[in-house]
Amino acid sequence: MSDKLINVKIDGKDYQFPSGIKILDACKRVGIEIPTLCYLEGVSEEGSCGMCVVEVKGSKTLQRTCITEIAEGMEITTNSPIVYDARKMNLELALAHHPLDCMTCDADGDCELQDLAYQFGIKKSEFLDEKEAFEYLKETPWDSNPFIQFDPQKCILCRRCVNACENQAIVEAIGIALRGYKSTVSTPFNLPLEETDCQFCAACVQACPVGALVEKPRVGKGKIFQLEETDTVCAYCGTGCEVTLYRDKKNDLVMTRGIEDSIVNKGSLCVKGRYGYEYVNSKDRLTKPLIKENGKFRETTWEEALEYTVKRLKEIKEKYGPDAIGVLGSSRCTNEDNYIVQKFARAVIGTNNVDNCARLCHASTIAGLGKALGAAAATNPIEDIKNADVMFVIGSNMTETHPVISQFVKENQKKRGAKLIVCDPRKTDLAKVSDIYIQHYPGTDVALLNGIMKIIIDKGLVNKEFVEAHTEGYEDFVKVISKYNLNTVSKITGVDRVLIEKTAEWYAKAPNATIFYTMGITQHSVGTDNVLSIANLALVTGHIGSEGNGIDPLRGQANVQGACDMGALPDVYTGYQKVIDPVAREKFEKAWRVKLPEKPGLAVSEFGDAALSGELKAIFAMGENPLMTEPDINHVREGFEKLEFLAVQEIFLSETAELADVVFPAAAAYEKEGTFTNTERRVQLLRPAREKPVGTKFDWEIISHVATKLGYHMKYKNAAEIMDEIATLTPSYAGIHHYRLEKGGIQWPCPKDDHAGTKILHYDGTFKRPNGKALISPVEYIEAKELPDKEYPIILTTGRILFHYHSGNETRRVKVLDAFVPRNYVEINKEDAEKLNINHKDMVRVSTRRGSIELEARISEKPKKGVVFISFHFREASANVLTNAALDPIAKIPEYKVAACKIEKI
Amino acid sequence: MKGKSLTDALHDIQSGNKENYIPEKDTLTISEKSKVSLSKVYGFATFYSMFSVKPRGKHIIRVCKSLSCHMGKAEEVIEKLEEVLGVEIGETTEDGEFTLEESSCLGMCSVSPAMMIDKIPFGNLTVDQIPEIIKKVKSEGSQEKIYTEQILPAQGRVVLKSVGVINPESIDEYIASRGYLALKKAIENGPQWVINELKKSELRGRGGAGFPTGRKWEFTAKAPGPQKYLICNADEGEPGTFKDRVIMEGDPHSIIEGMIIAAFATGCNNGYIYIRGEYDLSIRRIEKAIGDARSHGFLGRNILGSGFPFDIEIHKGAGSYVVGEETTLMESIEGHRGEPRKKPPYPPTFGLLGKPTVINNVETLANVPPIITNGADWYRTIGVPESYGTKLFSLSGDVNWKGVIEAPFGTRLSYIVNELGGGVRNGKKLRGVIFGGVSGTLLTPDQFDIPVDFNSLVTIEAGPGSGSIIVMDETRSIVNIAKNIAYFFKYESCGKCTPCRIGTEQLMNIIDRILEGSGKESDLEVIERLGQDMRLTSFCPLGQTAPNIIVQSIQKFRSKWLEHMKYNSPQKLDRGIRCMLGCQKQGGGKRWQATCGRITIQLLRPGWPWRP
Repeated sequence: MSDKLINVKIDGKDYQFPSGIKILDACKRVGIEIPTLCYLEGVSEEGSCGMCVVEVKGSKTLQRTCITEIAEGMEITTNSPIVYDARKMNLELALAHHPLDCMTCDADGDCELQDLAYQFGIKKSEFLDEKEAFEYLKETPWDSNPFIQFDPQKCILCRRCVNACENQAIVEAIGIALRGYKSTVSTPFNLPLEETDCQFCAACVQACPVGALVEKPRVGKGKIFQLEETDTVCAYCGTGCEVTLYRDKKNDLVMTRGIEDSIVNKGSLCVKGRYGYEYVNSKDRLTKPLIKENGKFRETTWEEALEYTVKRLKEIKEKYGPDAIGVLGSSRCTNEDNYIVQKFARAVIGTNNVDNCARLCHASTIAGLGKALGAAAATNPIEDIKNADVMFVIGSNMTETHPVISQFVKENQKKRGAKLIVCDPRKTDLAKVSDIYIQHYPGTDVALLNGIMKIIIDKGLVNKEFVEAHTEGYEDFVKVISKYNLNTVSKITGVDRVLIEKTAEWYAKAPNATIFYTMGITQHSVGTDNVLSIANLALVTGHIGSEGNGIDPLRGQANVQGACDMGALPDVYTGYQKVIDPVAREKFEKAWRVKLPEKPGLAVSEFGDAALSGELKAIFAMGENPLMTEPDINHVREGFEKLEFLAVQEIFLSETAELADVVFPAAAAYEKEGTFTNTERRVQLLRPAREKPVGTKFDWEIISHVATKLGYHMKYKNAAEIMDEIATLTPSYAGIHHYRLEKGGIQWPCPKDDHAGTKILHYDGTFKRPNGKALISPVEYIEAKELPDKEYPIILTTGRILFHYHSGNETRRVKVLDAFVPRNYVEINKEDAEKLNINHKDMVRVSTRRGSIELEARISEKPKKGVVFISFHFREASANVLTNAALDPIAKIPEYKVAACKIEKI
Repeated sequence: MKGKSLTDALHDIQSGNKENYIPEKDTLTISEKSKVSLSKVYGFATFYSMFSVKPRGKHIIRVCKSLSCHMGKAEEVIEKLEEVLGVEIGETTEDGEFTLEESSCLGMCSVSPAMMIDKIPFGNLTVDQIPEIIKKVKSEGSQEKIYTEQILPAQGRVVLKSVGVINPESIDEYIASRGYLALKKAIENGPQWVINELKKSELRGRGGAGFPTGRKWEFTAKAPGPQKYLICNADEGEPGTFKDRVIMEGDPHSIIEGMIIAAFATGCNNGYIYIRGEYDLSIRRIEKAIGDARSHGFLGRNILGSGFPFDIEIHKGAGSYVVGEETTLMESIEGHRGEPRKKPPYPPTFGLLGKPTVINNVETLANVPPIITNGADWYRTIGVPESYGTKLFSLSGDVNWKGVIEAPFGTRLSYIVNELGGGVRNGKKLRGVIFGGVSGTLLTPDQFDIPVDFNSLVTIEAGPGSGSIIVMDETRSIVNIAKNIAYFFKYESCGKCTPCRIGTEQLMNIIDRILEGSGKESDLEVIERLGQDMRLTSFCPLGQTAPNIIVQSIQKFRSKWLEHMKYNSPQKLDRGIRCMLGCQKQGGGKRWQATCGRITIQLLRPGWPWRP
C-alpha cells in the first residue's frame, strides 16, 4: 500500500482512498454496507459466496468487493437492482440445502445466513430441497471428539472454517474434499478429528457463520440473545488472550469467543481458553470458609475464620518473629491481589518471605535477563513476531504451552518464509515443522549455545559495532567460549555438528532474529546460566532492541509477569525495586507508614526445607498449590505438615488447601475486576464475567480483612484504587490506571499518564543497566545435578500438555478436557520401550530416588532415546513426586527438567 | 519447482497400487516428504476424477458422457457395460477386474461413442462389441490401439501441415520438413524481433479469448525478475474438442518449437506443458519429442549454442475440466485443488508460483514456428483483418464427416459444415450447431452463414471458443442436450463459489424435473434468472458460461421446452409420447420402468428415458 490516493466513484459520489485497499473496505469507510458471508477479514478472503458483488463500470461481470482492489477511476454501483437480484439469488442458492431448523439451532441469533435471509426477506429458498430442509440426511463422519460438533447439512461451504484452520490456527486439520456439488469440509480420509493434527482451538467454530460448527459443551446452553457477554482476559497461560465470555441466566459461563480485534490474540484461542472456563461453574467451588478441627474441616463464618487466622498469626509472630511466617502470592491472581499480598507480608507481617510460583518457572529469567539486560521481561511484543526472519526457539513446547503464540510463529514461517529453528530434547509439534531441529540432551543448553557462539565468533559473524557500543564483558566471554569447539559440544549435546553450524549462520546472518524460550531453559539448576547464555547470543549478534530482534521468554501463567512486577518476590518491591536498596525501602516505608524489613526473604522453593527445619512456622497462601507443583513433593509435604499454621485462599480444596488450618473461599479470575500483565508486559483489564459465588470474596479483600484485624488499616473501594496506589509507587506502572486500560492494554514501562507504553525494550541498544550497556557474561557448562546411572538409567523431564494446566485444579474440572485426557502418561521412545518390553498403553512404574508413581506408557516419537516425559497435572500420578529439588543457586528454581529415573512394567 | 509434482506423485502411487487407488498410508508419506498437510493432499486427491482414494478394479473403464458421445448413444453403451459387468457406474465388479466410471469428455468426439479402458481408447463403439471387448481385456489385458484422427487433405494448412504427413515420433522427419528453422531464425534475430514479428502477425490466442499473443509475450518479457515461466495449456477438455490432441499426436515438435521460441522471446527458463491425463498418446509423443529435442540441443542449458537455457516438463493432468482455465491450471501445477484465482493480477505479472508467466494454448504455440519461418507478412495473407491465420475446428455430432478441419479465419460456418463436413448426416435437416464448445454458443440455421472470425462472431454475441462444432439434426431433443450440458457442468464445477456450485446443480435439477414431466413454464424463467446470476457472479469462466447454451436453447427453442410441459399430466401420456417421469428399478434385473400414474413403460435405463 502506498500513500497515493485513488479516485473512485461509488454510487455516484466521488471519493478518494489509499491505493491497495479492497472495494469492500472502501465502501465500509464511507458507510456503505455490503453484505458478506464467506469473508472474514485477514482470515478468509475466498470470494466464494457471491454476496458482496457490485457493478463496476466496464466489467461484464459483477465484481466481488472482498477480493477486488480499487483502481483509479473505478465507478462502482452497490445498490442497483442487478446487484440486489444477484445477491438475493446467491443467498437463495446458499439456502438451497440449509435445513430450516433455526428453532433448535444453537446459532440462532448468531447466524449470518439467518440475518441475511431476514434482510432479503427470504422465507424459503426457491431452490430449497424440502427433504434436506427438514430431515437429516448427511452423516458427520469426524464428529467423535468431545469438543467440536460438525453438522455438514448446515454447512454452506463458505470455507471460513478451513481458512481459519489454515491461516489462523496454522494447522490444516480440515480442508475441502471432493469437488463441485459433492465438495465438503472434511478431515483427511474422514478421520476422526482427534486422529488429525487438530489442536481443538475451535477457530473453525468461531469462524463459522452458521451453526454447522458448534462447541459441543455449548449445545443447548442457550441462544446468544439469552446470554450476557463480558470482555476479559483468558486466565490460563501468559499469552493473555482477550476473550469474550458468555454467561447464562443461572450465572454459569457457557461459551467463549476470542476477541477478533485484539492486538494480542487476533481472535485466536487455544483449547483451554476456548473450553476451560467451565471450572468456575463447578459444584466443587468453595463458598464457605473452612476451619480444621481434629483433622477435619468444618464450615464456618467469615468472622470466625478471620479471627482465628489473625489470632494464630499474631501468636506465631510474637513467639517466633515475623520471619517465621511465609506469604505466597499467585501468578493466577491479579496484579492488585499480588500487590496487596506483598504489602501484607512486608508492611503487616513484617517479613520479606513472600514469593509466588514464578519462582518455579521464570526465576531464572528474572535473575538472568535482569543481570544481562537490566530488565527481566520479554523484549518484544507478540505482534512483532511477524518481523523476525529467523525464529530461534529453545526449550519451548509452545504449541502446547502457548498455543496462540505458536500460531503466530508458524504463521510467520509459512507466510513470510521466516526460518524456524527449534532446539528441544523432545521432538515437539513445533520441532516437526521446523527448518532446523536440534535434539540436544536435557541440561546441555549452555554447551549448545556456547558452541553456536563459538562458530559465530570463528566465522566473524559477531556484530562488532553493537558489541562495542552497547555491551561490556565481551573479552572475558570470548576466553570461555574458545573452549567450546564443535567436537566437544557435539559430544556433550548429542547434536550433529552440521546443525550447530547451520544454526549459528542462520541466526547470526539473519536481518532480524528473535529468540523464544520457556521452561526448557529456566527449570534447571543452571537456569540462570542458560538465560545468560541466551542473552549472550542475542548480544553478540546484536539481535536485540528493535523490531524483529529480541528475547522473548514466554511466561507460563496468566499473571506470572504481573505477580513479579508487583513484588510478590522475596527481594524486590513493585517494579523490581530492591528491598536492600535503602532509597527504595524508604519510599515504601513512607507510603505504607511502617518500618520495613531489610533482609531478602525466602523463596517458595525454600519454604519446604525451612518448614522442615523449623525456621518457618506459618504460611499464608493466596492461591498456589505447592503440594502439586513443588519438586519432590513428598519432601515438601513433610515440611508443610510440620507447620504450626497454614492459611489458604482458594477456589477449590486443592492439595495444599487440604493441609490447611483455615481455608478462605475466593473469587476466580473470571469473576474479578483487576489486571493481568501478560508475557509481553501488556497490562490488561479483567472484567467480571459472572457474579462470584455467594460466600466468596476477592483475594485482595480477604487479605485486607486479615491485615486490618491485625491492626494495619487496609481498605480499598475496588481494584482500580489499588492500581492507582501501585502507580504512585512503581515507575514502570506510573501511567497505568484502570480507566486507561478500558481502551486496551498498555505495555510497561509506562511512566506517565499520557505515555502510550513501551512496545520494545532496550530500543536502539539502550539498556536499563547503570551505564546503559548490556552485560555479556562468561558462562561455563555445568552438568545437571542428577545424571542417569546404572540404577536410574533414564532421564526424566517434566512439563505441561496442551489439554491440562498446572496442578489440574481447573482443567480437570472441565468435563471435555478431562474426558479427552483423563489420566497421566509417560512418553517413551520406541527403542527404550522395546528394550524394557513395554507396549503402548501398558501400565508402568516410574521411580526416582525420591519416590515412584504408576501410570500409562505411551510410545511416542517425541522423546529422544534415553529420555522420558511426564506431565505434572495429575494428582493420581504426580510427576513432582519424582522431580529433583536441586536449586539454581541464584534463581532458586528447581531442576524440573532433569532427573534420573527408572521404569518398570507392572 | 523442486522434485516431483503432487499430481505425479499421486499418479505414481495409484498406478503402482494393485487396487488402482491412493491409500491413506501413502498420502501420509507424501505429506511428510513434501510438507504439504494431509488434508491438502486429501483435498487434492479427491478433487481430480482420475484419482481414487477407494480401492478399484484392475481395469478402469471410463465411458465418455460428453455431448458428442451422448449424441452417439453413449447411454446404450453404458447400459450394455452395466449389464455385462453387472455393476453400475462407480462400482467395481465382484472379481475385482473392472471399475466402471464415467468421463466428462475423452476428446474422441469424432469416433463417438467412446470409452477408455485403462489408457487405451475405444471409439465408434457399438453395443454388440462390448461383451467381446470386456472378454478380451480380461484375458489379455488392455492393448495398445491408435486411432488416427481424420483430417482434411493438406491444402493451405498452416498448423496441420505436417500432421499425417510426417512420422510424429521422428524428429528427423520434423527437421526435414523445415522443422526448428524458426527457432534458429528467432535466435539469430533476438527476442525483441520475435515479439515484434508476433505483434505484426496479429496472432491471437486460440484458447478462446483471442488475446493478442505478441502483447501477452511483451508483458511477460517486460515483467521484472529473473524467474519466469512458460506454460503450454494442453488441458483440452471442452466437450466436442479434440484439435489440440491432433497436433500433439501428429506433430508434437511444432508445439515444442513454439514453446522454445516463446520462452526465448519472453525470457523464461522453465516451461511446462500441462496435458490432460486422458491423453495418454499425446503425453507419450510429447515426452518423446522433448527427449529428442533435448538430445538435439533444441532444449537444455545452451540452446543451439546461443547461451539461452530452457527446458520443458510435462505436467500430466488427473481429470478436471476447470483446470483448463489458466489460473486454475497454475494452481494445479502447484499442487493445489483445481480452483481458480482472482484476476487481476494476470499471469504475465503474477502467474505460476507468483512469478511472471506466459500461458498459451497448444494451437497458438503451433502457429508460432510458421509465423517465424515465413514471416508476419505471409501470415497476414491468411484469414481476414483482425483474425489472421487459420483456425482448427473439431467437427462432430450429426455430420457426415467428423474430424479436425483447418480453415482460414473468415470461412463461413455453412461452408465448414456443409462443404468440408459433408452436411448433416442422413440427409436430415439442421436444428442447430453448438459452436465453440458446450460453454459456447447455440447457433440456429439462420445464423449459419456467419463468417467465422473474431469480429463477425461478436455481431451475433459469439466467439470461436474452442473451435468445436457439434452439429444437431432436426430430430435432436434440445432439452435432452441441455440436460447433458447441465450434467457436465455440475460434474465439473470446482465447487469454490456458490453461484456455480449450487447453480449448476440447480440447473440440472430443474431440467431433470422438466424431463420427468413435472416442469412448469415458470421453471424456464427460473433458469433464465439463474443463468443471468451465474453469468454475472460466478468466480470464473466455468460458472459464467455454464448456462450459455441452456439459456440460449430456451430463447431459441422455447416451444421445444414447452412441449415438455404439455404432457405433464398422466392422462395425456401414452406410448407414442416419450415418458418424462423418473424411473424406478424393478426387481434385480436390468429392466427399467417409468411409472406415470396408471401407465408403466419400459425404458432404456434410469435417468435416460429417451433415445437422443
